[in-house]
Amino acid sequence: MTLCGQDISLLLLSVVITALSFATPITLGALSGVICERAGVVNIAIEGMMLSGAFGGYWAAVTFHSLPLAVLSAVLVGGLMALLHGWLSITYKVDQIISGTVINILGFGTTSYLFGQWYAHDAPSSPGTLPTIQLPGGRELQSLALIAIILVFVLYAVLQGTAWGLRVRAVGENPHAADTVGVNVRRVRYSAVLVGGLLAGLGGASYVPGYIPAFSPGLTNGYGFIALAAMIFGKWNPIGAWLATLFFGLTLSIQNNLQSCKVVEGPVPVGIVGMLPYIVTLLVLAGFVGRSTPPAADGVPF
Amino acid sequence: MAETTIAPVPAPAAGEPRSAAPPAESRLGRMGRELLVPLLAIFTSLLIGAGLISLTTGSPGTALQAYQGLLTGALGSPQALANTLLRATPYIFAGLAVALAFKCGLFNIGAEGQVALGGLCAAYVGYAVPLPGLLHPLAALAAGVLGGFLWGAVPGFLKARTGAHEVITTIMMNYLALQFVGLMLAGPLKKPGSLAARTPDLLPTARLPMLVPNLGLHSGVILALLTAVAVWWFLYRTTWGFEIRTTGANPAAARYAGMPTIRNVILAMALSGALAGLAGAVDVVGVALNVSRLNLGGDRYFGLGFSSGYGFDSIAIALLGRSNPFGVVAAALLFGALHAGASTMQFNTHPEVPGEIISVIQGLILLFVAADAIIRRVYRVPASAPGGATLTTGWGDSL
Repeated sequence: MTLCGQDISLLLLSVVITALSFATPITLGALSGVICERAGVVNIAIEGMMLSGAFGGYWAAVTFHSLPLAVLSAVLVGGLMALLHGWLSITYKVDQIISGTVINILGFGTTSYLFGQWYAHDAPSSPGTLPTIQLPGGRELQSLALIAIILVFVLYAVLQGTAWGLRVRAVGENPHAADTVGVNVRRVRYSAVLVGGLLAGLGGASYVPGYIPAFSPGLTNGYGFIALAAMIFGKWNPIGAWLATLFFGLTLSIQNNLQSCKVVEGPVPVGIVGMLPYIVTLLVLAGFVGRSTPPAADGVPF
Repeated sequence: MAETTIAPVPAPAAGEPRSAAPPAESRLGRMGRELLVPLLAIFTSLLIGAGLISLTTGSPGTALQAYQGLLTGALGSPQALANTLLRATPYIFAGLAVALAFKCGLFNIGAEGQVALGGLCAAYVGYAVPLPGLLHPLAALAAGVLGGFLWGAVPGFLKARTGAHEVITTIMMNYLALQFVGLMLAGPLKKPGSLAARTPDLLPTARLPMLVPNLGLHSGVILALLTAVAVWWFLYRTTWGFEIRTTGANPAAARYAGMPTIRNVILAMALSGALAGLAGAVDVVGVALNVSRLNLGGDRYFGLGFSSGYGFDSIAIALLGRSNPFGVVAAALLFGALHAGASTMQFNTHPEVPGEIISVIQGLILLFVAADAIIRRVYRVPASAPGGATLTTGWGDSL
């Protein structure tokens, strides 16, 4: 059976694999959001952290010609941006949305500037992209996709099963109570934000060098905000957020594959599919798809 | 952000024992002190920007060249001044939009989407609804206002009735705007026979009257300034404005006083959207003259790049202007100047300094204005008055 000029099972496989590919940075971004917000720090700067991480990965890749160093660099740069977010919002008690805005603007500005200053005119040679996982039918998926899925369950286990995870959750629900029993609220929040930044940086690495060998300004294209929506849709739970990112990845993939499809004529169906994730998130936020409650102390400076 | 400063104790009357009170401060002195932190923030950011250029190009001379270019491109010639005003115009509207929402304690990050909707609606009236004389551009602008109004009302409604936090809902609306406009441009509103996704050109009667045709300066900037006055008047001279400000300062008190909080929140977000829609409309009717995927705003890339663009810049402008309409105008002029100067800066420097450095400077300005304690500590500026309203307390806040 054929659809859109392809065998239907091959088409489905293509859609699923593309979905997983799109979902990788979104998953890592959503995990970043989850850990930050469970500790009570609103993080709308996932986009800026991912973008900075991607640039960090690119910089290390072309400077040291080493892919492992590139991934490490991406992760660390993400962590650095997160520390800035933490410094502003935890230490200086700047409104967390504004602090996130600062990171986003600085992230975009700095990466675009440095890229333009250093790499735009003489593109350096790059060591390429990360190794891929070979799949049936000659398709491939980047290795970070698998790592992202593993991290979903790791984060879930850490949040539910470790002492640190418990402190994070306590600090996000009732920091004053946690403080009373001797938890250092600020330090826990800083550590959660740092972990969030490392995850977002890894999300950046899934762009460069995970997916493409070269950075370009604005590479992440707003996926950090989709990750935010996925986190909310997933009710601040790592596994829920992951399922939400799969949904988002699927709609993005369908949109992508439909573009070249002659059976479904015209831009209207494509546009409607494209709108779906955002409409659903709006519905979730409005409480039509079950109550979505954030951690109680989310956004409240301590 | 403090709206009013607490007046110090006035000097005691003659004959009474002197207390250790400081002399009464003049209003000008107070205003000067309020301006000090933003000015220092701007100065520090420019300094750090220069430092960054020096470091990355390896020569401080390049930084000097860059700033020279920036200045020339922003203020150095009549064309430069015109460019500054042109670039500032949409920022004035968008900054006013965010500032108005702030006054109600709301975060409107949806400027991108509201601008897009406004531009699209204006374009439609511009090419499809011929009207005589000044009526045509006015109708187009009104359509843009309506488009933005509706796009802002939706997150407002969701917030007021369900508590859905406007940060996420406005971001979602931005994406929806992108999809919706794309849909319209590729289908119903598409220019017949065109390969690109774009609207037909606006009819000549739809253009805004020009102030200085040689320089491309259209009357949108006058409209922007008038709008700033209108917003000031609305906020500080009308009952609705008063209610909105009260809802922002203390929602519980507003409710206790019987103010219809739900209506006020929806109104604030909708008006905010309307202002942002006006930004898009003025851009289309003044400069762009059609709407295409890549052309909303002349050379402005309509890719809803959330990392850059109206959405976050307008937040920075509103904060820099302390949510005061006239402060917003000043801040918008600054940002407009930076953007206008950026391309000259790129030409002026060898090796070429990319224009994106101004984004770094803008980000730093926002950082220092938001965390003004840093500025205060470095420059030893005493604090003026106890802090202002908390803007957000988490996602699930109902009022």
